[in-house]
Amino acid sequence: MSDKTQNPQPRTEAVQTTGHAWDGDLQEYNNPLPRWWLWCFYGTAVFSILYWFVYPSWPVGDTWIKGFGTVTYTVTDRATGVEEERTDRWNTRYLLVEEMNRAANDPRRREMLERVQAADYEEIVADPRMMEFVRSVGRGLFGDNCAGCHGRGGEGVAGLYPNLTNDDWLWGGRMEQIHETLVLGRNGFMPAFGRVLNPTQLDEVAEYVLTLSGEAPPSEAAARGQEIFQGRIGGCYHCHGMEGTGLPSQGAPNLTNRIWNIVDVPGQDTVQDKKAVVGAFVAQGVENVRVMPGWQDRLSPIDVKLLAVYVHQLGGGAQ
Amino acid sequence: MSEETSPLYQKRIPIYPRSVKGRFRNFKTGILVLAYTVYFLLPWLRWERPNAPDQAVLFDLPRRHFYIFDLTVQVQDIFWLAGALIIFAILLFFVTGLAGRVWCGYFCFQTLWTDLFMMIEKWVQGERPTRMRLDQGPWTREKILKKGGTYGLWLLVAFCTGLTFTLYWVDAPTLVVDMLLGRAPYAAYFTTFFLMAITFVMAGLAREQVCTYMCPYARFQSAMFDHDTLIISYDERRGEGTQGRATLGKGRKNREERQAQGVGDCIDCGYCVQVCPVGIDIRNGLQYQCISCALCVDACDTIMDNLQWPRGLVRYTSEKSLNGQKTQWLKPKTIGYGVILTVATALLIWSILTRATYTATVEQIRQPLYTLLSDGSIRNNYQIKLNNQLTEPMWIDIHIEGLPGATLLMEGMERIQLESQERLQLLARVQMAPSDQRQDQPVARDRVTFIITALDESHGEPIRREVPFYVPENH
Repeated sequence: MSDKTQNPQPRTEAVQTTGHAWDGDLQEYNNPLPRWWLWCFYGTAVFSILYWFVYPSWPVGDTWIKGFGTVTYTVTDRATGVEEERTDRWNTRYLLVEEMNRAANDPRRREMLERVQAADYEEIVADPRMMEFVRSVGRGLFGDNCAGCHGRGGEGVAGLYPNLTNDDWLWGGRMEQIHETLVLGRNGFMPAFGRVLNPTQLDEVAEYVLTLSGEAPPSEAAARGQEIFQGRIGGCYHCHGMEGTGLPSQGAPNLTNRIWNIVDVPGQDTVQDKKAVVGAFVAQGVENVRVMPGWQDRLSPIDVKLLAVYVHQLGGGAQ
Repeated sequence: MSEETSPLYQKRIPIYPRSVKGRFRNFKTGILVLAYTVYFLLPWLRWERPNAPDQAVLFDLPRRHFYIFDLTVQVQDIFWLAGALIIFAILLFFVTGLAGRVWCGYFCFQTLWTDLFMMIEKWVQGERPTRMRLDQGPWTREKILKKGGTYGLWLLVAFCTGLTFTLYWVDAPTLVVDMLLGRAPYAAYFTTFFLMAITFVMAGLAREQVCTYMCPYARFQSAMFDHDTLIISYDERRGEGTQGRATLGKGRKNREERQAQGVGDCIDCGYCVQVCPVGIDIRNGLQYQCISCALCVDACDTIMDNLQWPRGLVRYTSEKSLNGQKTQWLKPKTIGYGVILTVATALLIWSILTRATYTATVEQIRQPLYTLLSDGSIRNNYQIKLNNQLTEPMWIDIHIEGLPGATLLMEGMERIQLESQERLQLLARVQMAPSDQRQDQPVARDRVTFIITALDESHGEPIRREVPFYVPENH
C-alpha cells in the first residue's frame, strides 16, 4: 500500500539495528534471515565443491581437473556398420555424440528407415510420407557428403561440378543410374582435339555445335563442321551421337539443349565469342578434371539409397 | 554494540495452529474438497476421441498435442497458454485489488496442502496443546509412533500428489501399472518422487516460510492494495476501547461493565493468534505475513457468539471503512483490470472458437533460386507444409493460379489425404515454358498463388498463399 508522506515516519515497532554506524548516523536495520536460508546457502557451496569432482572444473597448469564423471557413447562406422561402445571422461562433445545416437534410434526415425529400406524406388517416390523423410534425412547426408562440390542446394559450380537440380544428366538421371554414380564414382573424359584438328576445323566444329542448340544460325562453316563432327576426322559422334544428343554411358553431354555444363556459352554476348570458347574447349578436351569419387566405402547401403532418391528429386524426379 | 542485538539469523519458530469451526473454515474445506476431487480424479476421466488418446485431460509432450476435453491444442496454438497466463495474472490483480489476498488464503496449492497436512497432524497427534507437549517432551514410544505416523501419512499424500501430477502427461492407467512393475520411463519416477519430496518439504516442514520468504506473489500482491481493498482486520477502536484490551475478570464480565471502565471488547483470549497458520497476531494490524485465510475471523466470531456479543471484532473490512469512511468498490483500477480481463478472455475464447481446421504454409526454396531446364523452361521449387488440426482424416487439394503458362508438378500429390492431426511437408515444382517467360522486364519477379482447399467444404475456406516466382535476368 502506498502512502504519500513527506518524511518517512519512524517505525512503530522497535527494529533492532546491526549496531554499525556510518557517517555518524547511518544505521542498518537487522531483520534476521531464516536459519534454513543460511543452510541452503552453505548447501550450494557444498554442491559446487562436489560439482568440481564430478565434472571438469579448474585449470591446473597446462591441464585441468577432469572430474570422475564419464560418458558412455556408441560410435558407428558408417561404411561397415560396426558399433563400438566407448567410455570416456565427461565432456559435452561425447555427450552430443550419444544424444545424436539416441536421436537416430528414435522409434519414428527407425520405423521410417525400415520402410524406406524395404521399399523399391517407385514406392518411395509415390509415398508422400517417405519422400518427406527422404528430403529431411537426405538434406543432412547431402550436406555432409556432396555439398562440398555440388553446393548446398545441388546447384553445382559452372565449369567444374555439375548442376544436379536441372533435368540434364551427364550419366543418366534414372534412380539406378544415380545409384551407380554414387557407389562407383565417375570420370568424365574427352580427348584434346587441338592435336587432331587445325584452328579452322575447330572453328567450324564449334559453329556446328552452337547451331545444335540454336545459339548460332546455320551456315556453310557449320555444314563443314557437321562433316567433321559426324565424320572420321573429328569422330565426335562416337560419344555425342550423330544428332549430338549425348550418351549417358560415356558421360557425354547432350549438345542440343540449353544446358551448358562446362563451357560458359550463355555468358558470351556474340556468336564469335561463343565460338571462341567452344573451340578453345574442344582443343583442350577433358582429362582427369571431371572426377567424382566412389562412395561405397564411405556410405552405408541405406545412406546411398536415401541419397539416390534425394538427388533424383533434386533434379525434378524425371525418369 | 549492545548486548541485546538480535542474531543475524533466526530459527523458525514452530507454529501449532489450533483448529477452529466457522463460516470461513467451512468455505476453505469446501474449496479443498473440490480442488482435490478435480486434481486427483481428473487424470482418470476418460473421454471418447476417435484417432486420439481417450484421456480427458492429457498433455502429450512427445507428440506435442494437449488434449483438454473436446479441445485439442497443437503446438502452434501454444500462444493460448500465453493468453491464459495473461488472464490469470489480470484476474489475480483484479481480485487482489478488490478483496486482498484471496488467492493466498483460499486457493493457493501451498495453502491447500499445508491445510491438509495440518489436518493429518491434528488427527494423529491431537490438538495444539497436545502437539506442543509432544514436541517438548522426551522421545517416548508414543512420540515416535505419533511423529512417525504423521510423517508416514504426509509421505503417502505427497506420493499421491506427485503421481497424480505425472498422470497428466501420459496415459494414466498404463503409467500406474508400468510404475508398479518398474518399467515406466525414468522421467516418470523422477517427476513423481521429485514432486513428492517438494510436497513433503513445502507443506510439511516449510509451510508459512514459503509464503513469507520464498513466494514472490505473496509480496507483490501487497503493491496492489489500496485503502478500499478488503483486508482482514482487528477493529482496534472496539477491541481496545480507551484503556486497552483486558481479560474477562471480576467487574469486567459484560460489555456494560467493560465500557464503563473504558475497556474494549477484546477479552485477550488469544484464540485468533492460536489459529493463525502463519503465526502472527492480527491485532497488530495488517502484516505482510498474513495470507488472508480468515481463520482468525472464525475464531473471534466463535468467542463473540459464546459471549453473545456482536460478531466482527476481527472481520473483513477496508482501511477506509475502519476509519469510518465508505468503502469505494468501483475504482478506476478495478474497472481497468475488469476491462482488460473481459477483453483478454473474449479474445482467447474467440481465438479458440475460430481456430482453423487445417493450416498451410508455402515457402519458396531459395537454393537454388531457380533452375534452367534443358528446353529453356524455368523451374522454381516450393515447400508446402500442411497441418490437419482435426482428429479425423482430411482430403486436401492443391493448385496454383495467377501465373499464366505455369504448371504445378507434384507427382500426384496435389490431391492428398492427411491423417488425423497429421503434419506433412510436400515439395511442389512450378515450371514455366520459355515462350511464357516475360522478356520485357530486366528482372521479372512474378508471383504465383497456391490455393490449398479441403475437399470437405465444412472444413472451411480455401487457404491462399502468394509466393514469388523467380525468372532470371537474361531470360
